[in-house]
Amino acid sequence: MNGVVGDEIEDVEDVESFRLRARAWIRASLKPYSAERAMGLGSVSAEEELAAVAYERQLQRAFFDAGFAGICIPRKYSGQGLTPAHQRAFNEELAGYECPTRFQIPTMAPCAAVLLEFGTEEQKTRHLPAILKGEEIWMQFLSEPSGGSDLAGALTSAVRQGDDWVLNGSKIWTTGAWWSDWALCLARTNWDVPKHRGLTVFILPIRQPGIEISQIEMLNGGKDFCQEYLTDVVVPDADRVGDVDNGWTVCVRWMFHERTIFTSSYVTHPVGAPRGNGGAAPIDIARAADRLADPCARDLIGEARMLEVVSNELSRRISAGMTSRRMSDQAAAVSRLFGGTARARTTTIKSELAGPAAAAWSDDDGAASQAGVGFLMRQTSCIGGGTTEMARNVVSERVLGMPREPALDRDVPFRDVPRGGSRRA
Amino acid sequence: MLVELSSDQEFFRETTARFLREQVPAEQVRRLRDSPAGHDLEYWRRGAELGWTSLLVNEEVGGGSISGQGLVDLSLVAYEFGRHAAPGPLVPTNVVAAALSGTGGQAHAEVVGELLSGEAIAAWCYAEPPPYGRLGDIALEIAVEGADVVVNGIKRPVEAAGQARYLLVTGRTGGGLTQVLVPVDTPGVSTTPLRTVDLTRRFDAVAFDHVRLPTAAVVGEVGAAAEQVERQLQLALTILCAEAVGAMQTAFDSAVGWAFDRHSFGRPLASYQALKHRFADMKTWLEAGHAIADSAAAAVAADLPDAAELVSVAKAFIGDYGGELLQECVQLHGGIGLTFEHDLHLFLRRVALNRVLYGTPGEHRQRIADIVERRGAGARPEGAA
Ligand SMILES: Cc1cc2nc3c(=O)[nH]c(=O)nc-3n(C[C@H](O)[C@H](O)[C@H](O)COP(=O)(O)OP(=O)(O)OC[C@H]3O[C@@H](n4cnc5c(N)ncnc54)[C@H](O)[C@@H]3O)c2cc1C
Repeated sequence: MNGVVGDEIEDVEDVESFRLRARAWIRASLKPYSAERAMGLGSVSAEEELAAVAYERQLQRAFFDAGFAGICIPRKYSGQGLTPAHQRAFNEELAGYECPTRFQIPTMAPCAAVLLEFGTEEQKTRHLPAILKGEEIWMQFLSEPSGGSDLAGALTSAVRQGDDWVLNGSKIWTTGAWWSDWALCLARTNWDVPKHRGLTVFILPIRQPGIEISQIEMLNGGKDFCQEYLTDVVVPDADRVGDVDNGWTVCVRWMFHERTIFTSSYVTHPVGAPRGNGGAAPIDIARAADRLADPCARDLIGEARMLEVVSNELSRRISAGMTSRRMSDQAAAVSRLFGGTARARTTTIKSELAGPAAAAWSDDDGAASQAGVGFLMRQTSCIGGGTTEMARNVVSERVLGMPREPALDRDVPFRDVPRGGSRRA
Repeated sequence: MLVELSSDQEFFRETTARFLREQVPAEQVRRLRDSPAGHDLEYWRRGAELGWTSLLVNEEVGGGSISGQGLVDLSLVAYEFGRHAAPGPLVPTNVVAAALSGTGGQAHAEVVGELLSGEAIAAWCYAEPPPYGRLGDIALEIAVEGADVVVNGIKRPVEAAGQARYLLVTGRTGGGLTQVLVPVDTPGVSTTPLRTVDLTRRFDAVAFDHVRLPTAAVVGEVGAAAEQVERQLQLALTILCAEAVGAMQTAFDSAVGWAFDRHSFGRPLASYQALKHRFADMKTWLEAGHAIADSAAAAVAADLPDAAELVSVAKAFIGDYGGELLQECVQLHGGIGLTFEHDLHLFLRRVALNRVLYGTPGEHRQRIADIVERRGAGARPEGAA
């Protein structure tokens, strides 16, 4: 069987023999999946979180050594040079087993995906193998205190100085920046042109003197959300991604990879494990709450499963449509929107299933004990990765072709655009 | 509908689409509300020539598919039926033809032939009047008496019973299920027309009062038809879902067109963000409906292990969200959306009908919960705690 990988044609192992090889390794080497250890927005102590990060670095290295890291990354960057079908088979075999979750999103997608598309040969050779070996965890420095939806309105500035750039500003809402290594960062390089035309993307190490990281306590007590203050951060021009002032071109693809993280063939994800801030399955909560016999509870279990299956099938349809070019890349917003609202509804269902244990609980309540705080955090699925309102704008304007919202910042030099408030400096 | 059709499938779909456009434009559908049968026989016979009745039937008895997966091909026909709110007993005739050709060997070949040619119509007597516990509970009795079987009980609603020549009746024999093929003129069978939300689909209540038939009328084995019945249910659900998605598609397209066209306060409706966002939500429901209807069709066609779950997910989802989508379309049309003269209600009717037949969304959520429970919680590796 031949497969096209990057620009080379290589001999590709057939999916079934790959699957058997993966199955044998997984069963012999991995522990069961553990929701507690997986990346999330939970509230655990710094020591526990750092221990989990260190463990996953080793786990990622084990995947790499066994030849199962970067299944769709070309071999010349130390990946396996295989196809999305291989990645799917691997994810199926991985069902129920542990996985280095912190190396998947955003490290593999969107970050590694963006590097593959826009990075220089030198950048790719330097970072992709390091990621696959468990040495680099990446973050996206996109959102700023002044606004995240209006990405192109970024205020972080990058000023050219000889062969370097000097960055100043602040990024926010990065999950896990305090234990991560590298960032893909959007900055403004030109204030005299309209907003989309003065942006540039850079890569930079997170742990350095010019970057101060402060952890933000979330409403559930978790402290993984971070804000970064960049003060005279020097970035060599060799670490620029894409052309100067052409960062929006990179951003458009970056957003595409962001909206398709759940179907990305760069992401390893055990089939059936919860997506994002998942927690216990509805049926386990109902069992813990002793409500399995209650027809109302069963109705909700059925609804939650329905939404999960439909979300998956929708993502599959949209990604097939985009791959065959029958749908534009903007269609990714359709599955993003559906997935976000479906997960929010599922979170509500879990709270309903847990009953009183969603208000007050003890350790004996098992699976039901997470539902109360889960509900408090419900909107993460509709905010993280771009809000569902922004997805609705994209679907109506870019997919259905409805008139764009009036924008007061189009065709105006960015320095003249009015700016509003922020709760955080 | 599938994102990618083969050229044969595309040709097949387009042939039915063109035929329906010409034969049953909206005006004709409106007129048919006064027709007792809801469609003319010649229309159905010509549809049969286009392949509407043969896709689930074995080749040995005259059937055949386009793609090798007859149900997937049939779902294309059903989708076009929905897009045109087309008349005709698509579900019952196909389900009965499939049942007879799948289990009856040569025994019912003659009847299958009549169904294939469109000369006869069949109805599947499955649902029962209250009280019943849940979807699929069967009380109608089929007793074996010597060389005969005797049928007693009531079925409703039964689609096309008033037009059918044959009734496939699902009943209970002791602890198991039995199916018999009953010619509609057998003594003891009586049909009473029901009113319905759809303009062209017809339903009856059918009573069986000591209806006696030779055991040769049994389709499959006495008392051992449960799997067969489940299969028939899955086929019916697949067709209904594909049809509902077609109706959702037409209604949505029409509402989008209207939003560009209709002005309020000097600008098109499509320029208001409050409305654009509702269209965006509807678009996700529509695409999700396509996705799940197609996955269900593929799984049922290949009789995959997850077919039962996928088809119930499809029915629960399309039932609820299809209904919402249609009501949103009515809302966004304003007053005109509630009139008989506007076409929208033709599709609202079809979605409202299909939402309820063969299990409401709520009943299918219960089925899904049963499946989830049976499978055990989450994905757990063998041997792992
Ligand atoms: C779990 C999680 C993880 C995240 N991870 C990262 C990360 O790794 N890196 C990163 O850079 N950011 C990250 N974010 C930030 C996220 O991308 C932003 O929060 C998001 O894009 C919204 O930006 P904002 O918070 O500034 O809200 P704003 O942009 O100020 O929006 C406020 C509200 O107004 C609505 N709104 C804004 N503009 C419009 C409009 N034109 N039309 C209609 N409604 C509008 C929004 O939908 C929202 O409801 C993360 C967020 C979460 C919750």
